[in-house]
Amino acid sequence: MITFEGVSKRFPDGSVAVDDFSLTIPSRSTTVLVGSSGSGKTTLLRMINRMVDPTGGRILIDDEDVAGLEPVKLRRRIGYVMQNSGLLPHRTVIDNVATVPILEGVKKSVAHEQALRLLDTVGLDRGLAKRYPAQLSGGQQQRVGVARGLAVDPNILLMDEPFGAVDPLVRDELQQELLRIQRELSKTVVFVTHDIDEAFLLGDQVVILRTGGVIAQAGTPAEILANPADEFVASFIGADRGKRSLHVDAEHGDLARGERVLVDGTGRVVGILRDEPGIASSHGAASS
Amino acid sequence: MTWVLANLEQIWRLTLDHVALSVPPIILGFLIAVPLGWLAHRYRPSRGIVLTVSGLLYTIPGIALFLSLPVVLGTRILDPINVIVGMTIYAVALLARTAADAFDAVSNDVRQSSVAVGYGPIRRFFVVELPLAGPVLLSGLRVVSASTVSLVSIGSLIGVSSLGYFFLNGLNRRFPTEILTGIVGVIVIAVVFDLFLVLIGRVLLPWARDARPSARRGRRAVA
Repeated sequence: MITFEGVSKRFPDGSVAVDDFSLTIPSRSTTVLVGSSGSGKTTLLRMINRMVDPTGGRILIDDEDVAGLEPVKLRRRIGYVMQNSGLLPHRTVIDNVATVPILEGVKKSVAHEQALRLLDTVGLDRGLAKRYPAQLSGGQQQRVGVARGLAVDPNILLMDEPFGAVDPLVRDELQQELLRIQRELSKTVVFVTHDIDEAFLLGDQVVILRTGGVIAQAGTPAEILANPADEFVASFIGADRGKRSLHVDAEHGDLARGERVLVDGTGRVVGILRDEPGIASSHGAASS
Repeated sequence: MTWVLANLEQIWRLTLDHVALSVPPIILGFLIAVPLGWLAHRYRPSRGIVLTVSGLLYTIPGIALFLSLPVVLGTRILDPINVIVGMTIYAVALLARTAADAFDAVSNDVRQSSVAVGYGPIRRFFVVELPLAGPVLLSGLRVVSASTVSLVSIGSLIGVSSLGYFFLNGLNRRFPTEILTGIVGVIVIAVVFDLFLVLIGRVLLPWARDARPSARRGRRAVA
């Protein structure tokens, strides 16, 4: 469990990134911090592994104040995945994944064997192990980034817009992959994004932030969709423009086969309403 | 040609002298310029100082430097140390700016992520920043190597023997073959040094050579 207690961050130039922020992030589930740029979401994420130290308040990991922990040691037991992968360009894929275990004194052969298994976990061909990051596609690099984040088998995985820079098709695939990995491994994932759809897809808990790290609303995606706290939230999730209120288009679709076309409030066709669920999960299993 | 064959022994001896005078400044210059460049990169105020001073150093005329060093260092006027120190100063002057640029060029994403995964500051310098600054440092070092090998010749003017001796002697005797021998010798040394540096780069920075052409291939590939 990660607890923010009245956390503030004021930068030396006087600007305030986060002011009196309090939140509990439950273990073994995914919490998504979502907000526009300037909402302080990345600052909040980086406070957890002490890349940024708060100027007020405390952050606790399982009731232990991180301010009392040695930053380098703390970081080595927390997985971190960032946009543009942040892989070391002069190290091969396998060396990148094995970086932290080797820093921690694990024997190289053991760390490499473990790294190969992690490539399996994130759905990468072991044949890529000896490549350099620049020789991979953006999506593959992000998978390596996830594998590296998982390498020390951390309880906590911090993800800073990890899928922000890949094209939509690959992003879908990576999101499904993350959902699958999370079902298997049950980490405490803290995920930062500006994409509300990504937040609703991945988050068990979604925290919508205003400028300056003020929580506009926190809850499950269903709670937020059913009951936007205010106009800011309604606008952020698109409810005010009718994007979230769907109705069946009577003129199209094959009613005899139980297919009804769904249209949102803006008139955009968003999908087919079926009687049986389960499409999403089979899609997740099929993606490579 | 007959002159060259008749003087092979002297050519070889002066070539070795030339190499012996060139190598220490290149190595020392590198060892001094890298930390200076890192300071200039890391701390804004020091940047102006380091870059201005190193720029000024390079404007000191070679002869003036060689003649004043014995006074400053307390060495004898004919001591080869003077040439080595003088050339080291030039090497630092050339390389400090390149080193600062080299560290600036390291991607901030990579630096941030190396902090995030738990590299301490010292290990981060040696394992992440220095190797990633490597390609730019190497290109700077190649310039320094060529410049040092050619400038070392000036040492002959103050009686420190190198291939530069052939320039002076050939000029005095109005004997072009001797001058040409000196020039060819200097060029050969410079080229050999350069090839050696390129080879070191290939061995130490294999990723830098691989990355570029295949990056294009990689971007087209599907995840």
